[in-house]
Amino acid sequence: MPAPGAAHAAASGGGDPSGWLADCVHCGFCLPACPTYILDSAEPDSPRGRIQLIGQILDSGTVSPVQAGHLDNCLGCLACLPACPSGVRYDRLIEHARERVEEEHPRPWRERAQRALVFALFPHPRRLRLVRPLLWLYQRRLSGLVSRFLPAAVREMAALAPEVTGLTWTPVAETVPAAQPRRAVVGLVAGCVQRVFFPGVNQATAEVLAAEGCEVRTPAAQGCCGALSAHAGRLEEARRFARDLIGTFESAGVDVVVVNAAGCGAAIKEYGHLLADDPAWAARATRFAAKVRDAAEWLVEIGPRAARVPVGLSVAYQDACHLRNGQGVIAQPRALLSGIPGLDLREVAEPGVCCGSAGIYNLLQPGTASRLGHRKAEHVRETGAEVLATANPGCAMQIRQALRDSGSEVRVMHVMELLALSIRG
Amino acid sequence: MTVPAGRVPGPGARGGEPASGAAGSGAAGSGGGPRPREAGQTAGARAVARALTGVLPAEAILTDPARLRTYDCDGLSHLRVTPGLVVLPETTAQVRAAVLACAEAGVPFVARGAGTGLSGGALPVADGVVIALTRMRRILRVDPADKVAVVQPGVVNTEISAAARPYGLYFAPDPSSQTVCTIGGNVAENSGGAHCLKHGFTVNHVLAATVVLPTGEVVELGSQAPDPVGYDLLGVFVGAEGTLGIATEITVRLTRAPLAVETLLAGFPGVEPAAATVSAIVAAGVVPAAAELMDALAVEAAEAAVGCGYPPGAGAVLLVELDGPRAEVAGALAEVEELCRRHGAFDLRRARDESERAALWRGRKSAFAAVGRISPDYYVQDGVVPRTVLPEALLRIGALAERAGLRVANVFHAGDGNLHPLVLFDAAVPGAAEAAERLAGRILGVCLDLGGSITGEHGVGVEKMAYLAHQFSRDDLDVMQFLRCAFDPAALANPGKLFPTPRLCGEPPGPRRGAHPLQDAGLAELY
Repeated sequence: MPAPGAAHAAASGGGDPSGWLADCVHCGFCLPACPTYILDSAEPDSPRGRIQLIGQILDSGTVSPVQAGHLDNCLGCLACLPACPSGVRYDRLIEHARERVEEEHPRPWRERAQRALVFALFPHPRRLRLVRPLLWLYQRRLSGLVSRFLPAAVREMAALAPEVTGLTWTPVAETVPAAQPRRAVVGLVAGCVQRVFFPGVNQATAEVLAAEGCEVRTPAAQGCCGALSAHAGRLEEARRFARDLIGTFESAGVDVVVVNAAGCGAAIKEYGHLLADDPAWAARATRFAAKVRDAAEWLVEIGPRAARVPVGLSVAYQDACHLRNGQGVIAQPRALLSGIPGLDLREVAEPGVCCGSAGIYNLLQPGTASRLGHRKAEHVRETGAEVLATANPGCAMQIRQALRDSGSEVRVMHVMELLALSIRG
Repeated sequence: MTVPAGRVPGPGARGGEPASGAAGSGAAGSGGGPRPREAGQTAGARAVARALTGVLPAEAILTDPARLRTYDCDGLSHLRVTPGLVVLPETTAQVRAAVLACAEAGVPFVARGAGTGLSGGALPVADGVVIALTRMRRILRVDPADKVAVVQPGVVNTEISAAARPYGLYFAPDPSSQTVCTIGGNVAENSGGAHCLKHGFTVNHVLAATVVLPTGEVVELGSQAPDPVGYDLLGVFVGAEGTLGIATEITVRLTRAPLAVETLLAGFPGVEPAAATVSAIVAAGVVPAAAELMDALAVEAAEAAVGCGYPPGAGAVLLVELDGPRAEVAGALAEVEELCRRHGAFDLRRARDESERAALWRGRKSAFAAVGRISPDYYVQDGVVPRTVLPEALLRIGALAERAGLRVANVFHAGDGNLHPLVLFDAAVPGAAEAAERLAGRILGVCLDLGGSITGEHGVGVEKMAYLAHQFSRDDLDVMQFLRCAFDPAALANPGKLFPTPRLCGEPPGPRRGAHPLQDAGLAELY
C-alpha cells in the first residue's frame, strides 16, 4: 500500500498557501474519492471545487456565506489526499482556509453558540468528566422527560454519545510495566473523548502494549492534542494544546508515543507543520511528531510476541479516515486482526468513504453526516459480521448510532479491544 | 490563442481569470473578459434560470458567482471562463427542458461531465449555461446475453466495468482518467486509452444513444441491432465534442474480459529502438492490447512521484500488454520478448500476478501528473504519426526541443503512434511559456508533416481550433460546418469549439451571416 505521507512530502507547494493552490492541475482525480461529491455530484462540493473556492477567498480576502457553506460541508476526511497525483496538500489548504473563514465570516448566533459549546467541552477531559454522570442520568431516566426542552445541538450530542456504563471508571494507570522482557518505553495519548467515554479502549491498548513488551506511560496531566481545534480552523488554540502535549510527553521519557485514536494521531504527526512558524517550538515539534505512531502501526513495527488465543467472531474492519488517508495506516490493523486465530475478517464496501463522523462534523453538519452514516451502516450490515472494528472514537459513535437506527445489533469495538480479548485469553 | 500552461502559474490559477492571452479565446466570441462576470448578469442566463424554476429542483440551479466559478474550466485549466448559469439535471426530460430554455432565450450551452478533458471542450461560454450531467449517474440496464449496458451520461467509465464484472464483461475504452471521467464525455470526445490499440476507441463501443438535439428535439441515434440502415448519424455524433447535442442515455457494448493477460516491461538504451520494436511487433502480426512508451525524462518523473522502480539506466521503457485466449497470448508473449531482445532490450520483466501488473503500470499511469514533480509547468501535447515513423518523429521532436532550449518528456501510446510530448517550462522565466507554446505547435507540424494528425484523443476543443485548418482544407471545414448546422442551426451547442473561425451559420451566438460561397454556387444548401 502506498503511504500517502511519502507522496505528499514531495509536493512542491512548500509552506505557502498559494503554492499549494498552484499544485492543483484540475485533473479531477479527487472527485470520486470525495464523500460529498459522491452524494451530490456538484463541483462546489468536491475537493477541486473547494480548492477553487479557497483561491477565491485568498484572492478577495472576503468570505461569502455560500463559500463558507461549501467549506463547512467538507468532512476533512482527506480521501482526496491519496487520490491526488499532483500531491496537493488539501489538508493544509482546508485548515488554512477554515482559519480565514473563522476570522472573516460572521456566523449566525446559533452556529456560534454551538461551536462555543463544542470547544468549551470536547477538548477538555476534566469538563467532559463532569458531563459523564449527567449523561448517565439522561440515558437512564431523563431522556424522555427533558430531551424536548434541550436545544437541538445538545440533543444531537446526547444522541451520539456512547452508552455510559457507570458513574465512575478507572483511568489507565500512569505506568504499566512490560509483561515480558522490555522492548521499549512508550507513552500513550489518552485522548479526550476516548479517555472519558471509552476508558476500556485505553485499558485494552495499555494491556496489549504491555503484553508485547512495552512499558506504558500515560501521563495523567496530558490534555487535548488539538486535533478538533486544528480541523475547525482554530489554529492558535490548536498550537496551545500542541505545546502542552509535547511538554508533557517530553518529560515522560518515552521512546515512542502511541495513539489509539486516528484523529489525534493524524493531528499529532502534523505538529511540525502546525508549529513551523514558532521558532522556539518548530524543531521540538518535528522531533516529537517523528516519535508518534498509531497503536496498530507500532505493534506491527515491533512484531507480535504475546500468545493469542482464538476469538470466534466475524469482524468487519472499517478504516478511520485519519488512519487510512491521514496516516496511510491501512494494512497494519488488518494484519493485527487477521493475526487473531479464529477471527473471520471481512471487508466493508467503499472502505475509503467517510462514515460522516469526521471529528465534530456530525454535530455541525448533521444532514450530510447522517446520509453518510446510514450508507456506511448499510455496507457494514452487508458483510454479515457480528462486530465492527474501527480505531477512532468518532467513527465508533457515528456508526453505532447509524447501526442502531437501522435496527442492527452489530457491536462496535476498537481494534485494541479485540486484540486484548485474544491476548488476555 | 493557446497559452501553454499545464500547471497554472500565478493568480490565473485561482482567480478565475483567463491567463493573459486567453481573453478572446474564441469562447462564443465574447472572450473570457479580464474579470469573471457576475452570475445572472445577462438577461439570457436569467431567462433560462427563470424558465427552469420549478422544472429542476432549486438546488440544481446554480446562480451564485462563487459556485459558478467552480465550473470555470475543465482539465485545460489555463483557460477559464465563468458561465452565467449552471444546471444539474437528473433526467432526459430535465436536460430537454434546459436545452429548450436555452434555445428559446438564444443562450449558448455547454454540456459537461467530470470536467477532465484536456482540450477545453467543456470550457464555459461567458454568460452561457453549463449543463452538468454529473447527477445522471444511473446504470439503467446491464444485459449480459446481449453484452450491452444502458447508462446515463454521468456514469463514470470504470463504473460500467464494475457493473459488468459479475458477468465476466467489461467496458473496453480506457482513457487515463477512467476512474473519474464520464461516459458522456467519452462519447463527446471519442475517448481512447492505452488499450484502444487492440480494442478500439469509444466509437467502436457505443451502439445507440438518446440525444437531446440543440433544438430541444429528442432523437434516438444508432441501434442495438448490428449494421443499422442509412447514414451513420451515431458515428457523426460520437466525437463531435458536444457540438451536435447532449446524449442522455447511452447503449454501450460490453466486451468479454480477457481469459489471459500478460504484461511485459522492458528497458531500452533509447527511444528509437523502443519505438522500432513496437513497429516490429505489429508487423509480425501481433496486436498487443497496449504498447506504451516512456522516455528517460518521463521515467525520471514517475520515479520521483511514485517510485515505480523501472529499469535503472534505461533511455526508454516499453510496456506491452497482451490479452486474449491463453494459447494465443502465450505464443505472442514469446514473440514479443524475442523482438524486444533483438532490438536491444534489457531487464525484461513479466508480471506474474495482478499486483505485479499494477506495479508495472504504476509508473506509466502516474506519468502525466508526475511530470509536475520535475518541472514547475508543463504543456501536454497530443498528436499522431503513423507508427512506422515514430523513431523519426521522436528524433525530430528531440532536435526541435534542443533548438528551443526546452526539455520534452515523451510518454505515449506507441502502438497507435499517439504521441504525448510534455513540454517542460518554468512560467516564472519571462518568455518561457511562449517558447513552450511555439515548440508544442512545431511538434504538431512534425506530426502533420509525417502524415499524422493534430490530436489522437484529447480532442480539438478550444486548444487546437487554430490547427484544424492545417490538417483540413477550407472545403473540408465547410462540409463539417454544414453537418453541424443540420443539427444545430442556431449554433448554441458548445459554440467556439472545434472550428478555427466563425463560418457559415456563425460561431458566436447571434444572427446568421450571409450565404456561404458554396450556397451561392448552388453546391450546398442550409437546412
